[in-house]
Amino acid sequence: MNRRDFNQLLGMGAAGIMMPALPAFSRTIAPEALLEPGLDVAVKKRLADAALNAAKAKGATYADVRIGRYLNQFVLTRENKVQGIINSESFGVGVRVIANGCWGFASVGDARDESVVAKAAETAVAIAKANARLLTEPVQLAPQKGFGEVSWKAPIKKNAFEVPIKEKVDLLLSCNAAAMQNGANFVNNVLFQVNEQKYFASTDGTYADQDIHRIGPSFTVTAVDPQNGRFATRNSLSAPMGMGYEYLQVNPSDKLSGITTRYNKGYDMLEDITAAAKQAKEKLSAKSVEAGKYDLVLDPSHLWLTIHESVGHPLELDRVLGYEANYAGTSFVTLDKWKTKSFNYGSKEVNLVADKTQVGSLGAVGWDDEGVKTKKWDLVKDGILVNYQAIRDQVHILGEKESQGCCYADNWSSVQFQRMANVSLEAGKTPLSVANMIKDVKKGVYIIGDGSFSIDQQRYNFQFGGQLFYEIKNGEIVGMLKDVSYQANTKEFWNSCAAVCDESDYRLGGAFNDGKGQPSQSSAVSHGSATARFNGVNVINTARKIG
Amino acid sequence: MAILTKDEAKKIIDKVLSYSKADEMSANLSGGRLGNIRYARSAVSTSGESTNLSLAVTAVFGKRTGTATVNEFDDASLEKTVRRAEEVARLAPENPEYVPMLGPQTYLAVEPYAESTAKMNPDFRAQATFDSIDPCRKKNLSAAGYMEDSTRFTAIGNTKGLSAYNRETSVEFSVTVRTADGLGSGYATRDVTDVSKLNTKDATEIAIQKALASTTARALEPGKYTVILEPAALLANVDASLLAAMMGSLDARSAEEGRSFLSKKGGGTRLGEKLFDERVTIYSDPTNPEVPASPFGGGGGGGGQGRFNGGSDGRPQEKVTWIEKGVVKNLSYSRYWAEKKGVKAIPPPANFIMEGGTQSLADMIKSTEKGILVTRFWYIRPVDPQTLLYTGLTRDGTFYIENGQIKFPVKNFRFNESPIIMLNNIEALGKPVRMGGNLVPPLKIRDFTFTSLSDAV
Repeated sequence: MNRRDFNQLLGMGAAGIMMPALPAFSRTIAPEALLEPGLDVAVKKRLADAALNAAKAKGATYADVRIGRYLNQFVLTRENKVQGIINSESFGVGVRVIANGCWGFASVGDARDESVVAKAAETAVAIAKANARLLTEPVQLAPQKGFGEVSWKAPIKKNAFEVPIKEKVDLLLSCNAAAMQNGANFVNNVLFQVNEQKYFASTDGTYADQDIHRIGPSFTVTAVDPQNGRFATRNSLSAPMGMGYEYLQVNPSDKLSGITTRYNKGYDMLEDITAAAKQAKEKLSAKSVEAGKYDLVLDPSHLWLTIHESVGHPLELDRVLGYEANYAGTSFVTLDKWKTKSFNYGSKEVNLVADKTQVGSLGAVGWDDEGVKTKKWDLVKDGILVNYQAIRDQVHILGEKESQGCCYADNWSSVQFQRMANVSLEAGKTPLSVANMIKDVKKGVYIIGDGSFSIDQQRYNFQFGGQLFYEIKNGEIVGMLKDVSYQANTKEFWNSCAAVCDESDYRLGGAFNDGKGQPSQSSAVSHGSATARFNGVNVINTARKIG
Repeated sequence: MAILTKDEAKKIIDKVLSYSKADEMSANLSGGRLGNIRYARSAVSTSGESTNLSLAVTAVFGKRTGTATVNEFDDASLEKTVRRAEEVARLAPENPEYVPMLGPQTYLAVEPYAESTAKMNPDFRAQATFDSIDPCRKKNLSAAGYMEDSTRFTAIGNTKGLSAYNRETSVEFSVTVRTADGLGSGYATRDVTDVSKLNTKDATEIAIQKALASTTARALEPGKYTVILEPAALLANVDASLLAAMMGSLDARSAEEGRSFLSKKGGGTRLGEKLFDERVTIYSDPTNPEVPASPFGGGGGGGGQGRFNGGSDGRPQEKVTWIEKGVVKNLSYSRYWAEKKGVKAIPPPANFIMEGGTQSLADMIKSTEKGILVTRFWYIRPVDPQTLLYTGLTRDGTFYIENGQIKFPVKNFRFNESPIIMLNNIEALGKPVRMGGNLVPPLKIRDFTFTSLSDAV
């Protein structure tokens, strides 16, 4: 590591930049501090035991403690300028307990002393006891065996924090230059890197030390036509990933050629932004779509978001039960539908799985935030609803004896609650390429990249846009479209799924900041699929005149 | 400890600045306490309280800037932070958009602070929650709600003599009441500076009435309807909202760069053009007693601003008219962009006040021949930045009005509409109420575009 390389760009011009949200209680640090080892695991165990023992002494029947160190780096550029380099660290301890049948939680920052941590545990017990006055039924916690002292590390090949900032800045600025040379008037670029160092311990006897890495490169290019006052944008086709810097060191085998290049386990930002600049200009004069029914061919860079909103969220059991009623909403997938064992969520082509172990995914961990070992399970099998996503205090409602491991908190200062696993559409079992899928479409739209997205509070009615829209006529792509959004009802949409391409086209998309809860927390989650076809979907034209 | 007085804060800032060897230095000291309680299924799910105090120091050499933060306040830590900011600034490349820090400023006398809110404790929160849950339990209804209280201060100072201090409090409350059969849902929200003005029971009663009244929703065909939008449908503090989206787009730079609905064909902006119904007047005023706000703000352009020193460069917040009788009168400017354009650097507003009329919501319903009453919109997302087109859905209480009366509940709709078009189609404006620290009237709008139906309750 070259300290000067790190330092030379630190803290420059926080002026006027669009700053991504930082975790609670984070503070700016020197970049070299991103590589300092955190507390020794033996120290963490001592702190954890202090909290657990204090909670038990005050009457807790269960307790868990999370010691978290959260490291972030943002590199932001605009055209030929670096807008900011932010390095931040957040360290602290969160303690959750059950006392008098009720949950309680307290957290404390920069806690390296056993007495401070023990005090937080006592506070958590006091809160639980105070809230127990309003309790209607005591918490039922699914049993969980203790795993002893265990660890998990994301299988990254190159820690992004070890890469000199100059190298990252050079990459982003060269991307921006390529965009400007190819017709963009404006370009914004962000490289976001995360390292969550999490230690979990509970009265069940698990002490899990985990090291999680994520990376998210993204850009927006804008083309302006001042004469007619129009402008158009194209965002990157990258997916944030649970990977290291190797994600940006792309192999030819990571690319899929086609009407535009798409990316798998590696991302060629320079190539994508060059194409984006040309495509943003092309959008300015693209044909405005004629509203009507179309067969949609949806690339994984687009479909991940539809899966996220119309499958991932409605199958969260806390939403089904009403815990999110005041904010994110409830769900149309009520328990009675699941109990019939015949609810057609989709056509027989539709197989949806939840997987907290998927390599390279944003949501992969070894243990969740209540000590459950992660796994993969079916949500929809051959189109039939078979399961939900749940955590320890809910699974008894499903008649399950153990949790599915969906508990997560975005920071040591946040209480853990149910969050989405990686939810994905399985690839088709029979060989089918994108080209062959398009060959069979008479009147369709091929959509690449995610755009505008909106869905109701029970996840029935949705509307999605995209980045690139291509008209398909009689089995051929005939040109670019603009002003495209499609509207559907979740169940009708998934039942219109006519085909899914095979494994060779399977890719991950994902969200870095999926919001839920009050106060709102964000989580990162991936969604995989191959390109899929949906027949007879309602496409609307979004063009308007404002005078 | 987290809420420092003006003198306590100034003492720390002056000490920090006394250590400076930079061309310019600013310090931003902020802290506060955040409390919350959340409930669902008529029982508390989570509750907590946190405090924080932090200092950010920005050093400047020429056009090179560096920022360091600390949350320890002994002399050695303060001096170390100053040296760290200077070290970073010396190593940083020049920022071509740097604007020198401001000198002393004159601020409006406001104090958006109430002792009653600052004194809130867990027992108070639990009682406020009980007042909301209890009437629901008695009617076999399920209550889900959230209350968050905040008490905070910000103090800034720099080596050019600028000094500012503000403390403020706020409480936000919202509740969704659902019927046991899942067929009815109602919502209410309130926000106040002074918690003694918050009555969670009264607010919950409104959500109860809406939940009970919405259980037999009928489907209407999507299309263009006259709508009465309650203030919570126009402005939300938990989601994007149509009015906030529009106010957030009144930025000069993006308009002049050609990438805003305010960009003019052939170049320039639409400042001075009449873009809305002449009854639309929106201004900001930190001294308004109903929605008091910070007397300083800013962000963008110049020294001492940015995420790590509170997002404020110390520019005074004044009464600014953004839209007057439908004409765009002002746009916000970063200090850099204002200097480049030779105009006054008006900061983005700390609050906004939309003028309305004297009619209550009930009066507006009475005078409606046919229309739809919307309690709340949800999942509002941009569709086309060129026209500021947004999509979203109605939620938690949507009703059909005929001959001045609410006739029956209707299924929820998805809309595709632009606030620009909406504010050209005004039929009537009601009496403004506080919403998210702003004043917003209920609006009756003709030809509001609903594009599809939603089965969601």
